[in-house]
Amino acid sequence: MTVAELNLTTGYFWLDTVIKVAIALGFMMTLALPVIYAELKVMAHMQNRVGPYYAGGRFGWAQPIADGLKFLQKEDLVPRDADAAVYKAAPAVVVMATFAVFIVIPLGPQVVVRDMDIGIFYLLAISSIGVLGVLMAGWSSANKYSLIGGLRAAGQLIAYELPLILAALAVVIQAGTMSLVGIVEAQGEPLFTIGSVPISLPYLLTGQIVSFVIFVIAMVAELSRIPFDMPFAESELTMGYVTEYSGIRFAMFFLGEYASLIALSLVVATLFLGGYWIPVIPDDWLNLIGPMVVMGKASLVIFFVLWIRSTFPRLREDQLQTMAWHWLIPLALVNLLVISFVKVVV
Amino acid sequence: MTDMDIAMKHRSEVAVSVELQTADMTLNIGPQHPSTHGVLRLIAKVDGERITSIEPVIGYMHRGYEKLSEVRTYAQITTLVNRIDWVAGFASEVPYIVAVEKLMGVEPPERAQWIRLILSELARIASHLVFMSSYPLELGAITPLFHALRDRERVLELIEGVTGGRFHPNFNRVGGVKPNAGGGKQTRNVSMDIPAGWFAETRETMEKVLSVCDDIDTLVVGNELFRARTVGVGIIPAAKAKEYGLSGPNLRASGVPFDLRKEEPHLPYPEVEFDVISTNTGDSNDRYRVRLAEIRESAKIVLQAVDKIPSGPLVAKVPRVIKVPKGQAYVRGENPKGEFGYYIISEGGQKPYRMKIRSTSFSNLSILPWILKDQLVPDLVAILGSLDFVLGDVDR
Amino acid sequence: MTDNGNGNGNGNGGNPKEIKFPFAGLFKGLGFTGKYLFKKPATVFYPDEKEIPVPRARGVIALDTEACTVCMLCARECPDWCIYIEGHKEEQEPEEPGGRIKVRAELDRFDIDYGLCMYCGICVDVCPFDALFWSPEYEYSEHAVVDLLHDKEKLTDWLETVTPPPPLESS
Repeated sequence: MTVAELNLTTGYFWLDTVIKVAIALGFMMTLALPVIYAELKVMAHMQNRVGPYYAGGRFGWAQPIADGLKFLQKEDLVPRDADAAVYKAAPAVVVMATFAVFIVIPLGPQVVVRDMDIGIFYLLAISSIGVLGVLMAGWSSANKYSLIGGLRAAGQLIAYELPLILAALAVVIQAGTMSLVGIVEAQGEPLFTIGSVPISLPYLLTGQIVSFVIFVIAMVAELSRIPFDMPFAESELTMGYVTEYSGIRFAMFFLGEYASLIALSLVVATLFLGGYWIPVIPDDWLNLIGPMVVMGKASLVIFFVLWIRSTFPRLREDQLQTMAWHWLIPLALVNLLVISFVKVVV
Repeated sequence: MTDMDIAMKHRSEVAVSVELQTADMTLNIGPQHPSTHGVLRLIAKVDGERITSIEPVIGYMHRGYEKLSEVRTYAQITTLVNRIDWVAGFASEVPYIVAVEKLMGVEPPERAQWIRLILSELARIASHLVFMSSYPLELGAITPLFHALRDRERVLELIEGVTGGRFHPNFNRVGGVKPNAGGGKQTRNVSMDIPAGWFAETRETMEKVLSVCDDIDTLVVGNELFRARTVGVGIIPAAKAKEYGLSGPNLRASGVPFDLRKEEPHLPYPEVEFDVISTNTGDSNDRYRVRLAEIRESAKIVLQAVDKIPSGPLVAKVPRVIKVPKGQAYVRGENPKGEFGYYIISEGGQKPYRMKIRSTSFSNLSILPWILKDQLVPDLVAILGSLDFVLGDVDR
Repeated sequence: MTDNGNGNGNGNGGNPKEIKFPFAGLFKGLGFTGKYLFKKPATVFYPDEKEIPVPRARGVIALDTEACTVCMLCARECPDWCIYIEGHKEEQEPEEPGGRIKVRAELDRFDIDYGLCMYCGICVDVCPFDALFWSPEYEYSEHAVVDLLHDKEKLTDWLETVTPPPPLESS
């Protein structure tokens, strides 16, 4: 009996959807904690120190949980001059924009909340709503530093949307479909055979290397991580647009950032590294092993992002913008041209 | 003129004057800030991200050293002066003690001078390692901090091995260095000379310091992002540097090869070989590279000095209670941050009449209103960090 | 006037001979941190492992009450005036009947306030009777500031932690 025959759904469409959404939300929240822990440990060892050690046993694995509990028990402050409604809504907007991305990411051929035909288009469009949340946070905290941070963030996020979209577009052209499951299947198509063994390669190795580089750089910029850290710029603006947030509201921003990291890394794994597909395994088993495969591929991307964070200084705002507009966008456009040319001709 | 004409005329005038009347935002980069090296307040008028004017406000850390030294004896003042520039404690004590020796007409013996030289150079390495680590931190690179401070710990352990204190050695005495561990019958014979194994440990530590300099080369100086942030940022031409009284690596990075260790040595610097590092451009990148190269030169000096140090007494013969004859003396020394001078006026007696401290960072900071004009806010952080000042030095 | 900066000149105005390929510096930096990912961390796991300070380290001052003659030199010379001494004079029996009565000073109170002390060592330096010693002990923090005033008994306890002076370099 294949997994597809195992009818794991209740009969009702709305109940199904609610269950799937709840599972996805839980998945997102619990995945954020190990990634936070991984960041603390990886960064620590690169700096020749240990990182969390005492929280919860020898390796300090309970540190992110302890941090979360600490945030929960803090006082809920709203500054007197702040615009209260906007101030309270801003973290929710950011988290909702992140969560909406999880709806379309496939962890297996049927393990997806809803596989839309316009999957990647929907994903990129929804994640742009996060920019609104950032601007709301920066403006409504009555603080000059937050304002500067919010404006910087808005400029940066909008500028780096374009290379992100153009790089994803190149993949869509090569795959021929916008649905994420379709893209993974297209990477699973055998390209050639060695003897009688069909070989299929992920898009990274079949000509999308430039798109991969552009997408990863734009992804790091969208997440506001070092080296594109200007909105936070700890040593100048003491946390930028989240300066006035404390307690659970700050925890929402914080978790939202790491959830975003996971979401975009999963997208990179799906678009460029083959997603949940590995050779030889038939479709039914892919539903079971697929999540682990795609998480493994995403972890490589996450590790690379953490590695960059530990090593590089941050770029100045105008250098950031120059890099986006002068370098990444023309490069992405040329790449698009080449890919479509190859697709049409070959 | 109909009413309509008057209204149209006013509207165009009002439009023009509203455009010209945008007020710049006053950004208070306040005393508590992660990247101002202490409690420095900068009142900046900012237009978007560009600074139109800046006014530094200092004095948050004024501890009144010059007034305090009017009521302390010379031996007690030695314990105070190493707290002015606490990052390189020993180097702040030396010019003071040389000034007192000059007034008393005492010449310290050879071994004491060599020990002073070694410890001053170790203090220089310690101070520059702090700069190496904190400057990339302000620009966002988190990792060099830990590598540089790990090796600074070893240098501080060396200083502690001889003097007993890591940051505040309190090792200089009038006429030399501290000769013995106390004043009683037994402790008078316990010498505070260099302990066994110290020279070997020093050689090992200097090897580690040189290797961490190579690490910082790889991690920071060769990094294109770091270069993009610091090359061409905050250029100080040589004439302006001399005009504002900059000294130390800031001056040498602008192309003026002036080093007090070569010009007015009061320690046996002429007997060791070292180069005076200077570069031409005077931007932040140059200031960083000059200090990195100076760490290497200091390591070279220490390695030569531990071979050349002669044996001998640690202190000259001075009376037990120090009474300095009437006179004035100004002695300046090459602190890691620049020129550091003490001007002592003595009217006879055990306490000075007046001691004026010419501190390096106070003069180095005077260039801020000139150099920070028309810079972007992120560049403010880059330039402020590259001047390498400590607030204890500025405010005394 | 030498330029000893060893930065790889990639990009703006670098030494043209040294440009290998663009972004070489970035990859070298990544290699450096990647290498350190697998090295043993340099952390000393206090309080399970402790670093032993050098013998001359100025940790705490120990008092030998037998040797103290209440001359008050240390209290006078301290720049912070953190030593509090009280004593009284006692007459002792003469050694032979009809001999001179000797007067000895007895120490009543000798407190050092470690909240004020700046660890300069002037008191140890000036004591003419070998009554004060440095000890490298450093773990004596308290919950209340008033407990930082160490009295005579506590200062005598520190005598056990005083290390002998280290041997000297023979050169």
